[in-house]
Amino acid sequence: MAANTETARTVQALTEERYKYGFVTDIEADSAPPGLSEEIVRFISAKKGEPEWLLDWRLRAYHRWMETAEDTPGWANLEYPEIDYQASSYYSAPLRDEDRPQSLDEVDPELLETYAKLGIPLQEQEMLAGVAVDAVFDSVSVATTFKSKLSELGIIFCSLSEAVTEHPELVQKYLGTVVPYSDNYFATLNSAVFTDGSFVFIPKGVRCPMELSTYFRINAANTGQFERTLIIADEGSYVSYLEGCTAPMRDENQLHAAVVELIAFDDAEIKYSTVQNWYPGDKNGKGGIFNFVTKRGACRGRNSKISWTQVETGSAITWKYPSCLLLGDGSQGEFYSIAVTNNCQQADTGTKMIHVGKNTKSRIVSKGVSAGRADQTYRGLVRVQGKADNARNHTQCDSLLIGEKCGAHTVPYIESRNASAQLEHEATTSKISEDQLFYCRQRGIAEEEAVALIVNGFCREVLQELPMEFAVEAQKLVAISLEGSVG
Amino acid sequence: MLEINGLTVSVAGKEILKDLNLSVAADEVHAIMGPNGSGKSTLSYVLAGREGYDITAGSVLYRGQDLLALKPEIRAREGLFLAFQYPVEIPGVGSATFLKTAVNAIRKHRGEKEFDAMEFLKIMREKRDGLGISEEMMRRALNVGFSGGEKKRNEVLQMALLEPYLAVLDETDSGLDIDALRVAADGINSLRSPERAMIVITHYQRLLEYVVPDYVHVMADGQVVRSGGKELALELEENGYSGVGDKAEAAA
Repeated sequence: MAANTETARTVQALTEERYKYGFVTDIEADSAPPGLSEEIVRFISAKKGEPEWLLDWRLRAYHRWMETAEDTPGWANLEYPEIDYQASSYYSAPLRDEDRPQSLDEVDPELLETYAKLGIPLQEQEMLAGVAVDAVFDSVSVATTFKSKLSELGIIFCSLSEAVTEHPELVQKYLGTVVPYSDNYFATLNSAVFTDGSFVFIPKGVRCPMELSTYFRINAANTGQFERTLIIADEGSYVSYLEGCTAPMRDENQLHAAVVELIAFDDAEIKYSTVQNWYPGDKNGKGGIFNFVTKRGACRGRNSKISWTQVETGSAITWKYPSCLLLGDGSQGEFYSIAVTNNCQQADTGTKMIHVGKNTKSRIVSKGVSAGRADQTYRGLVRVQGKADNARNHTQCDSLLIGEKCGAHTVPYIESRNASAQLEHEATTSKISEDQLFYCRQRGIAEEEAVALIVNGFCREVLQELPMEFAVEAQKLVAISLEGSVG
Repeated sequence: MLEINGLTVSVAGKEILKDLNLSVAADEVHAIMGPNGSGKSTLSYVLAGREGYDITAGSVLYRGQDLLALKPEIRAREGLFLAFQYPVEIPGVGSATFLKTAVNAIRKHRGEKEFDAMEFLKIMREKRDGLGISEEMMRRALNVGFSGGEKKRNEVLQMALLEPYLAVLDETDSGLDIDALRVAADGINSLRSPERAMIVITHYQRLLEYVVPDYVHVMADGQVVRSGGKELALELEENGYSGVGDKAEAAA
């Protein structure tokens, strides 16, 4: 009940706000009309009550975006129809309670079937399906208890919008310092129109006692399209962050261009895990989501460590290279990835490890599973700068092909400007053999279950890096993503 | 248990099994011997349901059911087990995990309660001890890096865990030294039971000293050309296969 009233109050406050930024569009509207213009950028900023410096930053990004052509470089192994940037709306208010389903009975039964297959508990299903807050028992108080525990330790975990209001000095200091708005076309777009995301700050010496996940961020509605996340781990701190969920996420908005920035100081560690199952489109690839993400971690401190773990099974097109800048001496970067593509999905994904400081280490384990008519490319860069003495890298990229019509490619770039670097690269490509499948079947295991078993064995090294709850769901997700890939 | 009538099978257009007949009842151990190319392995694959075999004539009744109409995993769940001649490797899949999945699939089919991890490990420990299979081996990926002997012992372990009604052992003795052979044979013998039948395919008489068969059949050119008791195996050991075909003709 309390949350309901709060939401109502917020909506009221927004609609009454006077526009101080000088534009024409009716601020009382819940959504912006389709199209992207300077006016829309101002509208978004005003709706969120942002300070001048942030609006300024958005506008600089917007102007740059207008000047640069879409960066669809020839090197990306992807094919997609042209995106009409003027066709969608760049802001819509959170759904009011009356517009939401009132109970699970009103939710698409096929969606519920998938939740059940993934073993998602009933209460979580309600949250995922966007059931009206009223009907979800006690979800508000659960999140509140969680937040108070964190604040006792001085940990800040809130939405980015909230952080702009409550901790502007932190946001201003770090936003755009790892991924500047000029970085690439989609990051530029994101910087102009980002709606919300997570903000995390772990103070010196604090080890965050629980995994932080977007699940606990209330008011997370409608933030998927241009999400922006900023995580800062101060000296000697540790945090494990989980993004996404195994449940299939639909969205009318086709383009998802998120930006994630991570900063780790001396002796700090950030573990960032993602499970992504955005709608991949129908069997012919129509209507799926384009997931063009820029994720980068800066290991600024001595002995700092950032590790990326991802399980990507959704989206029609995935284009992302979570990367690490190993600036501090002794810093470490890790990348563990499982990418599953089926039917007509395409993925061009990988990582960049840039060794700048001395005695830096990086580890890459990439597992690609391709089925149906899907196409997948691992693209990795390991670069050792001139002064990066004693850099070490080990890369292992493996591809597994299921069926005759899919493809897997590996494009590793290795650039070293320091003779003391030790860089190792191993790659394998294999198929699930008929003999292996028959062996499983002769032991009573049905074909699809056999494929799941073999694929899970193939991906085990990466699954082991995921936090426990995610790992179990991720395993099931991988199996479900490959349904229909055999026969 | 098993009635094979007039089974004729081709592979890639070439006829391998020609009008084969065989009858096996519960509590019986049948040995099948014969030269290379006689169709022994083909028979075992056809019974297990492997793809790539054209069944052009004949029928196979398994416990009253039309075996050839069933999918491979259903045949397995109905209690048919094939110990492979060349067990395949499955990287990344732990042996114990694989076995638990298989055992539970069969138990579920039979309406029995599936084992949880603890229960399964206990059962597995009991069965593997007798075969000299270490805990360490069960933690390895299925058959990966296993020696020939280890792979064959693993097949026998699987048989012990899956408790089939009909076990087809395809050259389980090949590649085993004397000691390994004895261990495997002991394992197989301990699985003999009134409800179970076994078909032991082998080149050599050696295994049959330890796993004493009730019947011995000789296959040549895709057919069973001669059948007899366990003495037949000794006869073959002495005289080889070459005389067998003629004797069959003479008898007919």
